[in-house]
Amino acid sequence: MSPVNYVYLAAVLFTIGAAGVLIRRNAIVVFMCIELMLNAANLTLVAFSRIHGNLDGQIMAFFVMVVAAAEVVVGLAIIVMMYRSRHSASVDDASLMKL
Amino acid sequence: MPALPATGGVPSSGGALTLAATATSGGETAAFWVLGTIAVLGALGTVLLRRAVHSALCLAGTMVILALFYLANGAYFLGIVQIVVYTGAVMMLFLFVLMLVGVSAADSLKETLKGQRWLAAACGLGLGVLLVAGIGQAAVHTFEGVGRANAGGNVPALATLLFTKYVVAFEVVGALLTVAAVGATLLTHRERIEKSKSQREQAEERVKRGTQLPPLPAPGVYARHNAVDRPGLLPDGTPSELTISATLRDRGQVREVGQEALHRVAALEQRTADSHGQTEHGRMYGEPHDPQRDVDDADDAGQGGREARKARGEAREEEAAK
Repeated sequence: MSPVNYVYLAAVLFTIGAAGVLIRRNAIVVFMCIELMLNAANLTLVAFSRIHGNLDGQIMAFFVMVVAAAEVVVGLAIIVMMYRSRHSASVDDASLMKL
Repeated sequence: MPALPATGGVPSSGGALTLAATATSGGETAAFWVLGTIAVLGALGTVLLRRAVHSALCLAGTMVILALFYLANGAYFLGIVQIVVYTGAVMMLFLFVLMLVGVSAADSLKETLKGQRWLAAACGLGLGVLLVAGIGQAAVHTFEGVGRANAGGNVPALATLLFTKYVVAFEVVGALLTVAAVGATLLTHRERIEKSKSQREQAEERVKRGTQLPPLPAPGVYARHNAVDRPGLLPDGTPSELTISATLRDRGQVREVGQEALHRVAALEQRTADSHGQTEHGRMYGEPHDPQRDVDDADDAGQGGREARKARGEAREEEAAK
């Protein structure tokens, strides 16, 4: 087996995550799908780090993790706010700006 | 790319990593196929399961498997950080917010845009085909392995890179984290505009309104169900909304004590009576056996409950008349 298989797996996971973002209506589940996509990207970076034999890919994955943590904190705060004002976590209900 | 014979490497877990050339070890191949399948199933579960908690659990499983893959790829530090930060912190944060928002609130199946789901699924499929085809085009046949880069240990090597080549990015990320923390506290902070009422003021207000002087009635039907999501029954057998907390009502988590539940209770009583060979109910109430009455009597196990409920029913009717 070649480590490229990890990249294939990451592509599959990324695809599932992207489809999930489009399909699901619950803001929290949408967020989880985004996390899945970030994780798939991380797996790609780690696999490429191995293929090329240097650690820059792992550093990138590390930065992605940090940014993802920051994003989760802010995103979940926004979801909690949305729930407070709309009493629902569905992305369909946040439609104040829709005509 | 020439295959470098890996020298040194991490002694304990050398096997798969210090292999150069074109293939990984058989053990890693087997682990990849088994764990990869589970990871994909977990990802599918995240997307397809209707309850958000189940989605979260599936995602946590997928993340643990990804951590194992990081370890197999020689990213020891990232593997541990993945478990600690993602499954430990991020997923727990998700679960906290889920508890806040309502655990069992399932996704609605109503489509706001017609055919959006199928279109989205088709788009996802297309993206997957494109990605996989692209990787197939660019496939590399040899790899170096991180054995040499990890020679002095994975963490020291990462630290060296992080604090030399990527030190600016590291600083910026630190600033980003600070901003995120401040932002989250700002977003969830709520300023009180008016003074909160004292207990005395609340009591006076309640007397002035005059609709519900005593405390709200308790949920549950005595001697039957005492769960907080079961409404208490009025004398006519209809569930009383007043008995359920407003939060549960908002979330739509009130469990109905419907007619069929009453019948089930009656059937249960009948079976119990049959097995004991007693006809106590028959003697007490006369035939035919009325399940509705049965439940009402059962829930009045505490004396005085009936009067309270009757009073409540009258209050309710008055309110309706107004």
